[in-house]
Amino acid sequence: MKFFNLIYSLFFRSNFFPIVFILTVIGIFWYLIAIPMNTEKVERKFKNLNSTEKIIQSWNLEKPKLPTPHQIVKEIVNTVFFKKISSKRSLVYHGWITLEATLAGFFLGTVLGILLALGIVHNKAMDLSLMPWVIASQTVPILAIAPMIIVVMNSVGVTGLLPKAIISMYLSFFPVVVGMVKGLRSPDQIQIDQMRTWSASSNQLLWKLRFPSSVPYLFASLKVGIAASLVGAIVGELPSGAIAGLGARMLAGTYYGQTIMIWSALFAAAFLAAFLVITINFIQNYTLKKMAILT
Amino acid sequence: MISVKDVDLIFETNDGPVHALKDVSLEVEEGDFVSFIGPSGCGKTTLLRAIAALEIPTKGHLTINGKSPDDARIDREYGYVFQAAGLYPWRTVEGNIKLPLEIMGYSQTEKKERIQKVIELVELKGFEKKFPWQLSGGMQQRASIARALAFDANILLMDEPFGALDEIVRDRLNSELLDLWMQTKKTICFVTHSIPEAVFLSTKIVVMSPRPGRITDVIKSTLPNKRELNIRDSQEFIKIAQRVREGLKSGHQDEVL
Amino acid sequence: MNLYLWLFFGIWIIGWWLNSILSKKYNSNLIRFFVPTFFGIIFLMMWELIVLGLNINPVLLPAPTAIGSKFIEEIPTLWIDFTQTLIKGALSGYILGCGSAFIIAILIDKFDFLKRGLLPLGNFVSALPIVGMAPIFVMWFGFDWESKCAVVVVMVFFPMLVNTVQGLSIIDKSRQDLMKTYSASYLQTLFKLRLPSALPFVFNGLKICSTLALIGAIVAEFFGSPIKGMGFRISSEVGRFALDMVWAEIFVAALAGCLFYGFIALMEKQFTFWHPSQQK
Repeated sequence: MKFFNLIYSLFFRSNFFPIVFILTVIGIFWYLIAIPMNTEKVERKFKNLNSTEKIIQSWNLEKPKLPTPHQIVKEIVNTVFFKKISSKRSLVYHGWITLEATLAGFFLGTVLGILLALGIVHNKAMDLSLMPWVIASQTVPILAIAPMIIVVMNSVGVTGLLPKAIISMYLSFFPVVVGMVKGLRSPDQIQIDQMRTWSASSNQLLWKLRFPSSVPYLFASLKVGIAASLVGAIVGELPSGAIAGLGARMLAGTYYGQTIMIWSALFAAAFLAAFLVITINFIQNYTLKKMAILT
Repeated sequence: MISVKDVDLIFETNDGPVHALKDVSLEVEEGDFVSFIGPSGCGKTTLLRAIAALEIPTKGHLTINGKSPDDARIDREYGYVFQAAGLYPWRTVEGNIKLPLEIMGYSQTEKKERIQKVIELVELKGFEKKFPWQLSGGMQQRASIARALAFDANILLMDEPFGALDEIVRDRLNSELLDLWMQTKKTICFVTHSIPEAVFLSTKIVVMSPRPGRITDVIKSTLPNKRELNIRDSQEFIKIAQRVREGLKSGHQDEVL
Repeated sequence: MNLYLWLFFGIWIIGWWLNSILSKKYNSNLIRFFVPTFFGIIFLMMWELIVLGLNINPVLLPAPTAIGSKFIEEIPTLWIDFTQTLIKGALSGYILGCGSAFIIAILIDKFDFLKRGLLPLGNFVSALPIVGMAPIFVMWFGFDWESKCAVVVVMVFFPMLVNTVQGLSIIDKSRQDLMKTYSASYLQTLFKLRLPSALPFVFNGLKICSTLALIGAIVAEFFGSPIKGMGFRISSEVGRFALDMVWAEIFVAALAGCLFYGFIALMEKQFTFWHPSQQK
């Protein structure tokens, strides 16, 4: 009876089966669409094949127009487990280069963002002068600056990790400022007045009321920020001639027509993004549970 | 008009089954003003919603004008007034009253007439073009009542409509509602928490208690149909109110814990 | 220290002091507009002065005046780039992506099973670096604006879908019950209750997607483009170290971004005037 209830709740209550169902449908469609997309190349490469052989070949071309999932997985497994981590062919190597810049930029952006938020909340002049610009900057495609920052910094001798980290920092900075300001200002007036009746100092008000109230908002911004940092790091790898990192690998794949390489780098980037966001989500749930905001 | 026979309603919740209504039987005649009063969890709102076909009884018979609740709902035999006015904020007062008329397919001229009539009835003239958030709580409830009166339903189901208002506004709306009832001759089922309100408004008072939700007393009011607010100080009124209190207390005592 | 640097510090201090006084003493709408604008002007002046004062190589950081004159000089080219990237690439992708997401959200709204599967997946995809698909789309749709449009469509589709589905699900229970008591049909409930109710969420999605569309179109061009377009211009002018042109393009992008977002915010005020967030 309990087992039946488990299956019932898995199917009708949780999100597990619907997600699996949709992923399976997507997988089936993928293989089906690959057939017409790749037939041109198949017919150019092979002559005198019957339909079944054509289909199988369209799923296994070396430079297909649309690689199939198993091809991509094979490539990923190859470049992750069967290459030395330090080799330039290892996906782990490239993934790490991108991850380094992402994390560095994200950390810097978050710290600076929190500091600026504190300034804005406590200083009226900063609030009125800067906040409109911060909000406006969210409507601006900041990523367009990336090539310029890379090239300018390279020309003054700053290369490698730092320019990319600066781009990532810039991208995660703004969501954090906006989120933190909202969060620091989120306590009800009633709660603030309560603190005043206890003669709480400005510092105490900050640490005991404003900061704890801002935690949920901070985590929401961190999730947006880390995804933005990752995109920033990837885009930052493009201008410097594409040497290392996932973005570089995608570009290299474009140059050499290696479509499977592009897709494997894309999947690796997706995996990285998912991993980072899920990690932050995990930390968020743990922290909120500890703070008894979530049960 | 409304016939309730041996109705049971059990909710399945995460903490186990909740017996919201047990062996509830009641007859409501045409033109009655029936109040349902009782503490939280006594099933009064559940009973009202069951009549409105918004909940389904697990056992028993419920008929409205001889039809099942759902058929009565499809035939639009009643108007429902919720606790929170539930007006749609993107529509004006006029637009909100028009809503059921649009859905039920009344013609343009009919719509205009009905809106006009009903706005005058609830004394909201001049506020037609205002939005709900521009009105006070009392006015919002009046608009909600107007909305329920706009189409030709003979039954009005009201779930604590004045609960969120202060006593002064409440008194005024109570006497306005009574006047409305005398004018339109509708059958009204009214859920409330307030003993004076129940006694002042009704021709019949149904006292209920919780755990499980059931009827402990049905009191036929001896007060005349036409009443002023000062009737609340009369001996008769106080006697009936006392009887209601007794009903509530006894229900409290033999609670199944 | 030369004159420019003295002016730099002087203007910084005076500007800061003036803003502090204005912010502390007054709170009218005029002040709220003046202070950030004044801050912006001071910032531009300081930029100009620091470039002149420290003799910064214009190849590294051009002064605002240099950028301004380059902007005026190159308006024709800027206009061509603007139409290529933002009108043909970003706008078409935005309309296509948001439009289809909106329609599909309404369709899947009827099926709870699909909703429970697509919502988490949609949230997941929204966090992915979709821009990386640009080279793939170039391979499928060619170098021109069509591939950029495709990138934008994928970028805006999921955030818009998630927001619309959410908006359609979070509807006040008593408002829904009211529709039941009127025995309203599915379509009547959809048009008279659920869609109006969902509009705040829909506009939230539209605002988020406006920035995504711009970013998508420009960055997609970094991966390859015909010899026009803002992304193309930025990466090629960066290569030639003609940074004043790059800044001019960025200024156009910033302006377009603000105006586009502002337009949507205006529409939002018009259509969701009734929502608490739109009332002071």
